[in-house]
Amino acid sequence: MTSLEDKFEESKKLGLQIVRESEEDRLMTLSVGPQHPGSGHFRFTVKVDGDYIVYCDPDPGYVHRGEEKMCEYRNVIQNIPHLERPVIHDSSNITYSYSLAIEELAGIEVPRRGQYIRALASELNRQVYTLYWLAIYGIFLGHSTMFMWPTGDRELFIDLLEVLTGARVTHAFNIPGGVRNDIPDGFKERCLRQMRYFQKRLKEYEDIFYNMPLFRQRTEGVAVLSKEDAVKLGVAGSVLRASGVPYDIRKAEPYDIYNEIDFKVQYMKTGDCFARSYVPFLDMQESCHIIEQLLDKMPQSGEVRAKLQPNPKGPPGETYRRVESGRGALGYYIVSDGTPKPYRVKISVGSFRNMLALPYLLVGQKLGDMPAVYWSLNYWPVEADR
Amino acid sequence: MEEIKKKFGESIKVVFIKPLRIKIQVEPRAIVEVATFLRDSMGFDHAESAGGTDYPKENQIEVIYHLGSYTREDLAAHILSLTARTSRDDARLPTLINVYKSVEYHERETFEMLGVYFEGHPRNERFLLPEDWADIPPLRKDFRIKGR
Repeated sequence: MTSLEDKFEESKKLGLQIVRESEEDRLMTLSVGPQHPGSGHFRFTVKVDGDYIVYCDPDPGYVHRGEEKMCEYRNVIQNIPHLERPVIHDSSNITYSYSLAIEELAGIEVPRRGQYIRALASELNRQVYTLYWLAIYGIFLGHSTMFMWPTGDRELFIDLLEVLTGARVTHAFNIPGGVRNDIPDGFKERCLRQMRYFQKRLKEYEDIFYNMPLFRQRTEGVAVLSKEDAVKLGVAGSVLRASGVPYDIRKAEPYDIYNEIDFKVQYMKTGDCFARSYVPFLDMQESCHIIEQLLDKMPQSGEVRAKLQPNPKGPPGETYRRVESGRGALGYYIVSDGTPKPYRVKISVGSFRNMLALPYLLVGQKLGDMPAVYWSLNYWPVEADR
Repeated sequence: MEEIKKKFGESIKVVFIKPLRIKIQVEPRAIVEVATFLRDSMGFDHAESAGGTDYPKENQIEVIYHLGSYTREDLAAHILSLTARTSRDDARLPTLINVYKSVEYHERETFEMLGVYFEGHPRNERFLLPEDWADIPPLRKDFRIKGR
């Protein structure tokens, strides 16, 4: 029997123009985004061999706004409204660590009631973000009910935040020295009522989405990130905790009043897509408990904001402060030269760090699993670009 | 801290020690060695972020790595800032990618935003800026936003 090689030689002698297939020919390059309905303003190229992804290269930057450069031109208070733009669903958290850093540099003491209120705003905001994330995860996997329900329940928290801050999404509520205004009358009762309703809803989410066999099949055991790799890649937030590292800034380095709150750091050990999608859900449950405690333990009266000078500034120095946002540790490295404008602001966000895990996890997966893997990384393109 | 000082002596300078925050400055030639020591012997297992600051008055660029620990509980709240300075005119530093995998994209960002070339980094190329960007690195102080 002639081998394939002999046949090839024979055909060449006959003058046939047969070209041998190279490995590269089998690969097809696909560009995902930036107009892909789910990827957000983010593009990554994948190469597929048949159904399997063999190469992935993220290409962010479609919504790069130069936040860090813009900070150098404005004073510390003027910076707040544009700093929350990268992640408008979680705008209280992204200005939280900024406020902490400025307070440390300028030596501002925050009243206790102010500390409680801004922790409350941040927890409510975390819920808004996580629900939005969950809605998109649902529709990514073709589960349109899971898109509608969280989007609808998100309105509860948006309404609460509207009552609290006066704005639906971009609140500019957390400022250096505390919060902009006090809690309105009747807020506590309304918040507790809605939290009770939401906790019931969470059980329904679990039934319809997380316990659905189809969802389980599509996510369990898919794209496993081991604990060692998670630490090495330096991923943050729910991705890290899904891989078995119980690390949460609220526990590891408690800021403001978080050391007075009793809560557990939710984590799982499997490190697959299911764990990465379930940890944010557990976080939402935990967040409900935190909100109830915050309302309960809050001082009944007092100042909510420290009195600031018109242009707060401190001696030259530098600081690095972080909080736990919806996507993991969110840190600000701020260098001050003693003027009211920061000399350098570096924003370190969870999304940017989790992006590094994308090529690691996607290579070797089927193309059909790509949306499930991509969105399980809790990645927000606009925040990563800054 | 004493241990590091003894081991590396002259090439290391402690800038400050505050509660939970330490900043050290090292000579560029020693940075890989110091980082390896910090990872293996001190337990700082990942880099949270890396960035840089431009100091035109001193004609220097400072590159800063914020190192943290996930595995050691007593270090969970600590951040060690590892910095190195390089000249603005020929900004070059050895990459830490072989020590801390997590700095890959941060170094790439620093390259395009501050123009620091990381020797040994596989991809010193454009990342966040537009493909047709034809100006100096934007986070250098001599780059001005138009109209400001």
